[in-house]
Amino acid sequence: MTSILTVDDSASIRMAIRIALSGAGHDVAEAADGAEGLAKARDAKFNLIITDLNMPNMNGLEMIREIRKLPIQAGTPIIFLTTESDDAMKQEAKSAGATGWLVKPFVADHLLKVTRKVLGS
Amino acid sequence: MSAHDPVESFRIEAGELLDMTEQALLDLTHRLDSRDLIDTVFRGMHTLKGSGAMFGFDALAAFTHHCESAFDRVRKGQVPATEELVAVTLSAMDHMRALVDCAGDDHSAESAIILERLQAAIGTDADAVQEASAGPSSQASGSDPGEETTPGAPWHIHFRLPVEAMANGTNPLILLDELRDLGATRVAAITGAVPALDALDPMQCHIAWDVDLPATVTREAIEDVFIFVMDDMELVIERAAQAAPADSDEAALPITVDPDTALPPQVSQGSAEPERNRPAKPAGESVRVPAERLDVLMDRVGELVIVQSRLAQLACGGVSGAAGELALRSISEEVERLANELRDTMMVLRMVPIATLFGRFRRLVHDLARETGKTIDLVTDGESTEIDKTVSERLADPIVHLIRNACDHGLETEEERLASGKSAAGQIRLSARQTGGEVLITIEDNGRGISRDRVRAKAEATGLIQPGQLMPDSELLQLIFEPGFSTAAQVTNLSGRGVGMDVVKRTIEGLRGQIEMTSEPGKGSTITLRIPLTLAIIDGLLVRVGGGNYVIPLSAVEECLELSLEEDIRSRGRSMIQLRERLVPFLRLRELFDTGTRPDAFQKIVVIATGGERVGLVVDQIIGSHQTVIKSMSSLHRSIPSFSGATILGDGGVALILDVVQLVALGQNREERLRAAG
Repeated sequence: MTSILTVDDSASIRMAIRIALSGAGHDVAEAADGAEGLAKARDAKFNLIITDLNMPNMNGLEMIREIRKLPIQAGTPIIFLTTESDDAMKQEAKSAGATGWLVKPFVADHLLKVTRKVLGS
Repeated sequence: MSAHDPVESFRIEAGELLDMTEQALLDLTHRLDSRDLIDTVFRGMHTLKGSGAMFGFDALAAFTHHCESAFDRVRKGQVPATEELVAVTLSAMDHMRALVDCAGDDHSAESAIILERLQAAIGTDADAVQEASAGPSSQASGSDPGEETTPGAPWHIHFRLPVEAMANGTNPLILLDELRDLGATRVAAITGAVPALDALDPMQCHIAWDVDLPATVTREAIEDVFIFVMDDMELVIERAAQAAPADSDEAALPITVDPDTALPPQVSQGSAEPERNRPAKPAGESVRVPAERLDVLMDRVGELVIVQSRLAQLACGGVSGAAGELALRSISEEVERLANELRDTMMVLRMVPIATLFGRFRRLVHDLARETGKTIDLVTDGESTEIDKTVSERLADPIVHLIRNACDHGLETEEERLASGKSAAGQIRLSARQTGGEVLITIEDNGRGISRDRVRAKAEATGLIQPGQLMPDSELLQLIFEPGFSTAAQVTNLSGRGVGMDVVKRTIEGLRGQIEMTSEPGKGSTITLRIPLTLAIIDGLLVRVGGGNYVIPLSAVEECLELSLEEDIRSRGRSMIQLRERLVPFLRLRELFDTGTRPDAFQKIVVIATGGERVGLVVDQIIGSHQTVIKSMSSLHRSIPSFSGATILGDGGVALILDVVQLVALGQNREERLRAAG
């Protein structure tokens, strides 16, 4: 069972991600902002982290930078959600240590495809 | 519950998000330069837009996109936040609410009007409008590799990942797997750059690869493999100069893996797929519960299951002898404790902080101030006080009415205030606090107060009191709650909408609450609402009258006395009892309910009180305090006065719950009639 952490301040986005991923047999944990996401990433190893960028308390970029310092999450793929395919934003997130991105709005198929892409089949 | 419907959950979340953003906007009117507030507003719209598009609320997403762009410009310091911008954005928030609630309807006309005002407020030029009206870009659902056949030479790919790729979560093995799935015929690693073992960091990637792929694969499919790393890596994708015959054979091999069709079948596409043009539906009845409260509930239920199995074991083994009885009693005690705890936990689950209710009134006061041209500050206090969710919802309308009254009639205009030596800004103070089983909510203004003369004149004009009738001040003020009473000299579009304070009073009493008013001319008025914490469960005093059991809400009970035989005889006809120098009227419930039984030898009087009035109820026997789950009466019995509901007793019998307000009024009326007759 792969465990995936989804970090988003929108509960319905988290729910959509959870439904899509748990349907595919993944174990999904949730966090409502960067600070909570970082705390969860400190506690347990995840196979994949999917995060929003624009969040209260700690934004996604900061969280990715902090997670990349955690030995427990070494090599964990981090996918960020972005509303526009804004290249500058993508570049910034990638240099923060993100693995890839997912453009909102996304459908379950697309999410699963990206998930499979970074996790392997 | 809507736990499995993301669209429904989005509606609820959007409502909360809009409320939160609206609060920030209202704060922003006072601190136009606050970066935090501007960020909060921006983030609120950003999330709303993102999730809206996600769940098929396209009109909402497009509209919100414009507001977000406006605030993005404010955030970047390109345009200042102005009061006008905030006012327009507030009406935009209302529009967004409509777009969430009635997603199916056509709102484009309203959208256009608001957007025009918005653009005027931030001075957007035509190009920006054009750009904005394009709406959020949507994402193509990925390319579809392997279907079309491109004639040509087979592919030769050379790639080297950035050194930190593995640390950043890219697994080269997965990339190679993907390439193999596309039909890679040869994969060769180039290891020349790998450092010596002692200098090797296992998280760094130093290997490059050469891969050959059949000619049938499209360039897009190959680029798709590298989509996340393409910008930072070394990647060469080229057709081999010479097409070897062997390669063309391979090109004929079927390509079997297509990421789109290889999806696990159990994923329901409908679950996250937006539902379009769905008919409007009011947001579901749901309560947001902190997880730790659910954990407590879970613990209790766990304990209950354990006790149940103990009971089952005991039942199987047979209850015999002192030991069995003792075991049974211990289980009974345990169940009692658990039932109490479960009840308390359950009650807490329904509680919401009153802040959500108060939050709505900020907007109301803001709008009222604009409408009336008065300067009004709203001060709130005790927002963390918790109250039953249903109660909180039912309180909204009465409090809106009270605030409207206070803003419209209570508070003076700026000139009037200054003339009477007050500060220019009027103040409405909303506060809440919990005392025992009640929540006290006060609505206080520092306006002109209630003119007794006008109340009297109006009451005399409408025939509520006799001209010149003497009346204590407190009773005079109570006249305001009589049906048809309104002191507004002229009907404005704020108050005077036909619903009067009598409706407010009835609503509050329907919640088993009370309303009280005090007012000091020239200083202002205070209205206090006393609301029970919850509607579902009360502590009651169980009494017997004739052959029937009745429950009196314990919160109304002042004391219990014995009605001695001689006092009973002496009071015949007058029904008054002396209680510490005060005469208290009492009702003989046995007669009132016409039980047709003889009174017990030692009757009791239960003294109940509401709003300063006291009445004694003569009962045959006081059984004791009883926790009561209130069941509403059937529609057939609902109109019977004196009863507010029913409850089921431990032995399965039914007890009616006495309506304290009604009975006190009845007792007082009787007393007056007797007084008039005597």
